[in-house]
Amino acid sequence: MSSNTTPEVAVVKMYAAREEIYAREVQGRYASLRWICVWLTQILFYGLPWINWNGRQAVLFDLLARKFYIFGIVLWPQDFIYLAALLIISAYLLFLATAIAGRVWCGFACPQTVYTEIFMWIERKIEGSRSARMRLDRQPASLEKFARKFGKHAAWGAVALWTGFTFVGYFTPIHTLAREVVTLGLGPWEWFWVLFYSFATYGNAGWMREQVCKYMCPYARFQSSMFDKDTLIITYDEKRGEPRGARAKSARADGGALKAKLGDCIDCSMCVQVCPTGIDIRQGLQYECIGCAACVDACNGVMDKVGSPRGLIRYSTDHAMKQGLSGADIRRRALRPRVLIYLAILLAIVVAFGLSLAMRTPLKMDVLRDRGAMGREIEDGMIENVYRLQIMNTSESPHRYRIVVDGLPSLRLAGADEVTLNGTETRSVPVRLRIDGGQAGKGSNKIHIGLQALDESGLQVREEAVFYVPR
Amino acid sequence: MSDFTSGFWNIYIVVLTLIGILGCGLLLWSQSKHKITLPPGSRVQTQTTGHMWDEDLTELNTPMPRWWMWLFYITIVFSLAYLVLYPGLGEYAGKLGWKSAGAYQQELKQAEADYGPLFAKYQQQDLKAVAADPQARAIGERLFLTYCAQCHGSDARGSKGFPNLADNDWLHGGEPDVVKTTIMNGRNGMMPPMAAAVGSEKDVENVAHYVLSLSGSTSDPIKSVLGKPKFSAACAACHGADGHGNQMLGAPNLSDKTWLYGGSADTIMETIRKGRTNTMPAFKDFLGEAKVHVLAAYVWGLSNVKGAAPQ
Repeated sequence: MSSNTTPEVAVVKMYAAREEIYAREVQGRYASLRWICVWLTQILFYGLPWINWNGRQAVLFDLLARKFYIFGIVLWPQDFIYLAALLIISAYLLFLATAIAGRVWCGFACPQTVYTEIFMWIERKIEGSRSARMRLDRQPASLEKFARKFGKHAAWGAVALWTGFTFVGYFTPIHTLAREVVTLGLGPWEWFWVLFYSFATYGNAGWMREQVCKYMCPYARFQSSMFDKDTLIITYDEKRGEPRGARAKSARADGGALKAKLGDCIDCSMCVQVCPTGIDIRQGLQYECIGCAACVDACNGVMDKVGSPRGLIRYSTDHAMKQGLSGADIRRRALRPRVLIYLAILLAIVVAFGLSLAMRTPLKMDVLRDRGAMGREIEDGMIENVYRLQIMNTSESPHRYRIVVDGLPSLRLAGADEVTLNGTETRSVPVRLRIDGGQAGKGSNKIHIGLQALDESGLQVREEAVFYVPR
Repeated sequence: MSDFTSGFWNIYIVVLTLIGILGCGLLLWSQSKHKITLPPGSRVQTQTTGHMWDEDLTELNTPMPRWWMWLFYITIVFSLAYLVLYPGLGEYAGKLGWKSAGAYQQELKQAEADYGPLFAKYQQQDLKAVAADPQARAIGERLFLTYCAQCHGSDARGSKGFPNLADNDWLHGGEPDVVKTTIMNGRNGMMPPMAAAVGSEKDVENVAHYVLSLSGSTSDPIKSVLGKPKFSAACAACHGADGHGNQMLGAPNLSDKTWLYGGSADTIMETIRKGRTNTMPAFKDFLGEAKVHVLAAYVWGLSNVKGAAPQ
């Protein structure tokens, strides 16, 4: 043919517009589980800032004062290591969960999933089911379409604003914040963060949805390194399902020829319709799959209807699929070296974290020697050194401390040896230390300066310092 | 400016920056879609990018989301807008006229606006009243630890050559206003070398022992008696006939046991021989009167208000 001999020119587009995904509502075991997760995480998130503790907000990250309050604990910038430890613990929890059960975090607890779930619920309530939404989007502009769209976005906006408000409530006292919101008296940065976080929620859960998981989420990019062939994944049982095909009711009844030819998959595409990332699980494991198990619920529902056993799409593992392992085999293989190592490291860090947090002394002190006058000789040949004690009472109650010194004969404090600090107060206290002449060699001598709370026996710190005798 | 920093380097940077930005935009635009020539006979396909290596190795086209491309364009627009508003292109100062020095000045002004009223309130008050105010004293202590402790020590008790401020013994007078004047304008302490005026090395030693005797310190009675006339001739003009000093001149009182440089015979002899020069810098321009007011009250309070001195 002549058309085959002339070279054809085609245009390849390297960027593609998003195709709207109309995820169908799904019901089933995993959908219920996800809703339980939504409730738990959101009750926690929205509720936590409102709880009070000892006359203050129980959980408050006071960035201005650089103090983090978490119930009974007050963390200071010096305690930053606890934040690092917390992040490491979270990371290992994620690794462990991923090694065992794949992307369960993504499917059930990730904020992106949780808020998308909430926003999709609103969408369904206002715009209707999947087919109704598709119809609505195809419709020309009308008052009803406008009203529904407007209602949806208004509801989304309300949830988003509440979320943004709550988020900021973790960083600035939420009771004050609520009053400021009512009187529109927010500061510029409070406005910015409330609106910024609201906008992020609205944009991510309303518009971006699966694109966050597919293109933006870093975890989606490296989660495969925690996977192996014994990791639970959501998979389509190809041996059982193929060849797929629609069949008439009578075909099932006739039992004979057709049944022999066709697998259990009736190609109803329900699994594709419910997928929030718009993939077809029957094409195998794909990086877009967030492990939400919506397709499992959908397929089980269909299998129930057509009278086939459940589990055509199910949680299984690569090995199980290839070697036909039983559920007990899968569970036994869960405890493999990779998982055990994650578990051991996690346990070690958690124990170390807990112990060090429990044994933390809510008192810190830095000793700064005066450098202008290293050491001075005063009346009767006594030698005097001056220090500045930077004392931080990191607890929330006031304490009276005794300053204790040792390390040289006749070493003593000139002036009062007690100091009182209010809760979470930091103070610079100048102290003078003296020794009698001839009690120490010229030059620097090692001494210790300590603080001992008078009202709590375990509360003490001790720092090394240098006492200088002029040459 | 030297010849080296001629306009050339400015232009160089401007050109490089703009070519860089526009080049990014051009690259993005040119790569967003491209034409491929399909081999004859094949159907139009969009599965691959059309790139082909080693005869049959092709690249699948898994397109990026288009909003991502727009984000790239937005960053380009942003960078251009930034360069218009802020300095970034050679010597061009930007429409907003932003400068790092200006930002610092603004922060200073903000701090002035925040804390100014507090200092202004204290400035209206009498120094003694300020010294009695616990809040003012806490502010004063922090100012002292920042600006004065390097020389006078954290406990304000000084060291060799730096006066003790907590002992109520004053070179220039201990009235609150005098303390304030000292901090505002600084002081120049000057004891001239007196070896020549006193006489021989023996005379210097005798005068030193007489000075020691004035404060009742251990001294050689004979040397002391011999030194007295020399003292009257060379030293009494400033330190007074009985050695009580003169606060108008800043001449120390020699009849107490407070010594700025040390009270041994050797040290006193050295002082007589070589003299002493001492400078307290002026803080008027650096801190401003309002802060000096609080500071002066604190320093005065160290030796005059009960409980004010560091314990």
